Amino acid sequence: MISEATISTAELARKSVQYRRNILKYIVGAKAGHTGGSLSCVDILNVLYNYTMNVSPDNFTSPDRDRYIQSKGHTVEALFVVLADQGFFPESDLETLCRYQSHYIGHPTRKVHGVEQNTGSLGHGLPLSVGTALAAKLDGRSYRTFTLLGDGELPEGSNWEGALLASHYKLDNLCAIIDKNGLQISGPTATVCNTDPMDQKFEAFGWAVRHVDGNDVAALQAAFDALPLAAGKPSLIIAHTVKGKGVSFMENQLKWHHGVPSAEQYEAAVQELDAAEAALA
Amino acid sequence: MGELTPTVAAPGVAQANLDVFSGTLQELAATDRDLLVVTSDSRGSGKLVPFAERFPRQLVEIGIAEQNLVGVAAGLASTGKRVFAVSPACFLTARSFEQIKTDVAYSDNPVKLIGISAGVSYGALGSTHHSLHDFAALRAVNNITVVAPADNFETEQAIRAAAALDKPVYLRFGKKPMPLLTKEDVPFAFGKGRVVRQGADLILIGTGETTYPALQAAQKLAAEHGIEATVVSMHTIKPLDYDLLAELAATGAPIVTAEEHSIFGGLGEACASFLLQNGFRNRFKIMGIPDEYTVTGSQLEIMNHYGLSEAGIAEAALKLLKLSVMPSAAEASRVQQ
Repeated sequence: MISEATISTAELARKSVQYRRNILKYIVGAKAGHTGGSLSCVDILNVLYNYTMNVSPDNFTSPDRDRYIQSKGHTVEALFVVLADQGFFPESDLETLCRYQSHYIGHPTRKVHGVEQNTGSLGHGLPLSVGTALAAKLDGRSYRTFTLLGDGELPEGSNWEGALLASHYKLDNLCAIIDKNGLQISGPTATVCNTDPMDQKFEAFGWAVRHVDGNDVAALQAAFDALPLAAGKPSLIIAHTVKGKGVSFMENQLKWHHGVPSAEQYEAAVQELDAAEAALA
Repeated sequence: MGELTPTVAAPGVAQANLDVFSGTLQELAATDRDLLVVTSDSRGSGKLVPFAERFPRQLVEIGIAEQNLVGVAAGLASTGKRVFAVSPACFLTARSFEQIKTDVAYSDNPVKLIGISAGVSYGALGSTHHSLHDFAALRAVNNITVVAPADNFETEQAIRAAAALDKPVYLRFGKKPMPLLTKEDVPFAFGKGRVVRQGADLILIGTGETTYPALQAAQKLAAEHGIEATVVSMHTIKPLDYDLLAELAATGAPIVTAEEHSIFGGLGEACASFLLQNGFRNRFKIMGIPDEYTVTGSQLEIMNHYGLSEAGIAEAALKLLKLSVMPSAAEASRVQQ
């Protein structure tokens, strides 16, 4: 973490562009990856790791570090580029992504420094996070647990088992974020298995809920600053995001769920991101 | 194999392994505030009510949600808690199989998974409540020790060993009183079978609650036929004690395995796989529950029905002893029946 005093919203915005460029770079290198979802959720990871959470390579073995568990494990490219930027491992390691004998596989694994839990099968992050949040309550520790879910994984029943127990134990040290990009592999989430109105569902399960523009770093900072959203309740931040965010021809396009850019597409995407970065300067 | 004095079963005071589990956990919890029991509305069936009364802050109730039970247990264990996740074996290893595979084993969160009322302990409640798949399923999962203690001694030892091991463990046992296998001080360690009787003519290998009837069968064979059997409590299904198996098989004696589990994928097939791939050609018989939904009855009635009894194991052993070393197809067919 960079302390709140030393990172500006402008710097966060610049990091988001750099992260997007790296996500594409390493997906192209691996010839595989979940492009659209990594681009939709990377602003959330950016704000968590650079602004909100108390976790770094220096304190990663401390029992008091904040926990981040990525339930939507398939967008691991976003996590890896952020962890590399945090100094958990050299960014050049990502040149081995998905290569024979690499530790950097297509889902989070604890073989990679900085990863809390192995995920990949959906619906696992919330129960795991309930466990770490409950442990903090039992021990009187002040660390917080954050977990990132996709809107497409909400039909997994284990999410609702975890949601129920989180409010039963009044885990206001737990924050779930839903990367609500509205698209999953078969089509719009609303047509595959509609999970709306998700705020009312979680409120009925005893959670405090807030909506936020999940691609706006300032809005995310404000949302995380407001935690817990209510005393004695777990917090849900519904992050409205755009799948493929930041690259015009990828935005809201289903084929970029796990599409890999061609050399020409990569070049065009980088030009867009370079221009976006220049505009921030 | 080292010299061991042949021993006899010591009926003594027989408690259910479940009761021993509960008592041992209380002893451990008294000096370990980080020990947690996590249950899915199973504190009563797990004999954990006294634990809950004595250590209310060390029992976490999840409600009837086994996937959540294992996921939350994994999260708790990741913070350094020594977590015993307790639920009927049938649900624990089927409903939450993926959480065991991913959240416990793959992420290496050292949860102790306690499958209570295992095998056909629930008797006439039927197949939903039987766990005849758990050895097979968990043998195929990397990074988990799979244990079925036979008697009260092994249960206490297994609970203590599990608490001390910073790795995933699955322990299963039933709820009926189990007599002690032996008075002798045969030590217990995960992955090391316990030879509880020694004899040169036959090898009987049990696990969990089939070990005692195997020992009874050995005594019957000795008394009625002068056949002396070695009896092994192979409490750890994985990692299997290959050294002991090789040592015993090298005598050439026929081998009978007995388990309260499907004949597929459990103790018997684990032994057979090792032996066949290492050049051993001992006569061999796997006893367990055949590939069918069990007959209705109590645990004892079901086990008797399928020959997991003193008489059944002795009879199977006699048939095997009469079999020639390389059976003809006709002989093999008769033995299978």
